[in-house]
Amino acid sequence: MSSVFFQAVAATIIASSIPLILAAIGELVAERSGMLNLGVEGMMLMGAVCGFIGAYFSGSTLIGALCGVAAGMAMAALYGLLTIGFAVNQVAAGLALTIFGQGLSGLVGAHFVGLKRDGAPHLHLPWLSDLPYIGHMLFGEDGFAYVAVGLVAGVAWFLRYSRAGLDLRAVGDNPASAHALGMPVGGIRLKAVLFGGACAGLSGAYLTLAYTPFWSPGLSAGRGWIALALVVFASWKPWRVVLGALLFGGATILQLQAQALGIRLPSQMLSALPYVVTILALILLNLRRNRGSLTPAALGLPFVADT
Amino acid sequence: MTNLSRRNLLTGAASLGLGASIIGTASAATKLKAAFVYVGPVGDFGYSYQHDQGRLEMQKALGDKVETSFLESVPEAGSEQTFAQLARSGHDLIFGTSFGYMDPMVKVSKQYPKVKFEHATGYKRTPNLSTYSAKFHEGRYVIGQIAGKMTKNNTIGYIAAFPIPEVVSGINAFMLGAQSVNPGIKLKIIWANVWFDPGKEADAAKVLLSQGCDIICQHTDSAAPLQVVEKAGKHGFGQSSDMARFAPKAILTSIVDHWGGYYIKRTQAVLDGTWKSTDTWGGMDLDMVRMAPFTNMPDNVKAMAVATSAAIKADKLNPFHGPIVKQDGTIAAKAGDVVADKDILSMNWYVKGIDDKLPS
Repeated sequence: MSSVFFQAVAATIIASSIPLILAAIGELVAERSGMLNLGVEGMMLMGAVCGFIGAYFSGSTLIGALCGVAAGMAMAALYGLLTIGFAVNQVAAGLALTIFGQGLSGLVGAHFVGLKRDGAPHLHLPWLSDLPYIGHMLFGEDGFAYVAVGLVAGVAWFLRYSRAGLDLRAVGDNPASAHALGMPVGGIRLKAVLFGGACAGLSGAYLTLAYTPFWSPGLSAGRGWIALALVVFASWKPWRVVLGALLFGGATILQLQAQALGIRLPSQMLSALPYVVTILALILLNLRRNRGSLTPAALGLPFVADT
Repeated sequence: MTNLSRRNLLTGAASLGLGASIIGTASAATKLKAAFVYVGPVGDFGYSYQHDQGRLEMQKALGDKVETSFLESVPEAGSEQTFAQLARSGHDLIFGTSFGYMDPMVKVSKQYPKVKFEHATGYKRTPNLSTYSAKFHEGRYVIGQIAGKMTKNNTIGYIAAFPIPEVVSGINAFMLGAQSVNPGIKLKIIWANVWFDPGKEADAAKVLLSQGCDIICQHTDSAAPLQVVEKAGKHGFGQSSDMARFAPKAILTSIVDHWGGYYIKRTQAVLDGTWKSTDTWGGMDLDMVRMAPFTNMPDNVKAMAVATSAAIKADKLNPFHGPIVKQDGTIAAKAGDVVADKDILSMNWYVKGIDDKLPS
């Protein structure tokens, strides 16, 4: 087995992890503010179809990606209106958003099925991409990969060190106290939800612009739900999202490699492997954790100010 | 929390669509009314799309004599109500195109004995319920031969959906075709365990390429694997419909489901009053399986593919002609014999030369 082979495997693992990282990091921010948005899959599909349409007409991957972000935010705004404006049950509103997104994306994209465009170019960073062994692997990705890593770093910094991040966490843990301190609970939560929508939309755009560059109804195939699970897996810690996504993507690709190598294990078992690995990792992390999880205390609870 | 589930909502949506179609067709009492029920969206450019192309071809051929309508994305679980409503609302002929509609259609056909039902890919019949399916494996024999000729390192990748007889017989037919022109061929099989997940299908194609396959064959529904081989400068085949648009340089041909001829024949039979409950399993001979144009290959390979297709169409060549030896060394068909249809329809073994264990 050559180093070219391992680089190819690593590049495939990274490519399959990116949509999960993007969607999960957005959902993580929303959940840290107390908003459980189960509509990730629906926002992702809308981002996917609008991203594809935008790129198809403009010819620009960047404009496509921005269209995807906008579509995800529009969907998130709808969710915000329901849950923050009207204090509708978050679980019901999120599920409805997913179903709505599945239907609407099919309708919007009806005339774009079967069209294709070239995938997003892989950026070539001078010097870095030419490094032996790791150069192509780490610095030969398309732009989405760098955005994903940048977003994770930004979110990690924001939640930990910034004043606004502190406010957001306060709103997620104890909205009543935050409100008493004069924080705009609804406004902060809406911004967090919109950020989550933007990330989910970008993740969808990645699917139709870089990963499998065409549109077909339902092409996210459940990745939004995996992203939701990853947030829990990561115990609401940003860098653990990357770890979880790489673990899940790695298990997915390695089971495909194992099958193609003719390793004689039942393929159904191999297909279940990524889920098994993720669950096992979750259990192990919980066993060795001695400090409490970062689960936002007010996650999923609507907040209505008394005044 | 409300009991909002996807199934309820979709069923609701399907009944709404149904209401609309009943209103739309109420005026035409003298025409034969035929309805089609699809499991996926007609815009999938795959399985349901091809059925709808068949409907359109039938409508065009029979013109004023028939009025067609369709319901798309009807989930299998709630389909009994859908079929009953179609039967109640004056449809004379109802086609259900997914395997999972089988039991609902059997039940509804008994409740409405005057309505004719046609079920694709099933095996249960009643006096007013026929079954039909296509011998897709015939196309796989042809593409197996092409792959056997075109491969440079004798290693071919195969992305399979589920270990059901249709897929298993497809793999065997492909391998037999490949072995007939290239005895040293190696097949690497990945079971995706999905029909449609573009991301996973693309990953499977990348994995097969990384392990040295230079031709990728797929028995899953999306065009994603073809796009991967196009980018890598290798070759592949389309599934269900002509997928050339997705990979103009990589595609060698596609196996195309063609239902129009069958739909014309069966609808005409109802018009003539000669319709009977039957089972049809047609291949290239009945024009139910077609090959898309052979492209991106040398002329001699193309000539071979054309000749093989013609021989299958004329019933001169059966992909499962003997001698066929199973993977475990037992004989499946002696020289001069063929594997019986019923054994193909329940196939759960590999032919010799396939280095994979069949998931069971």
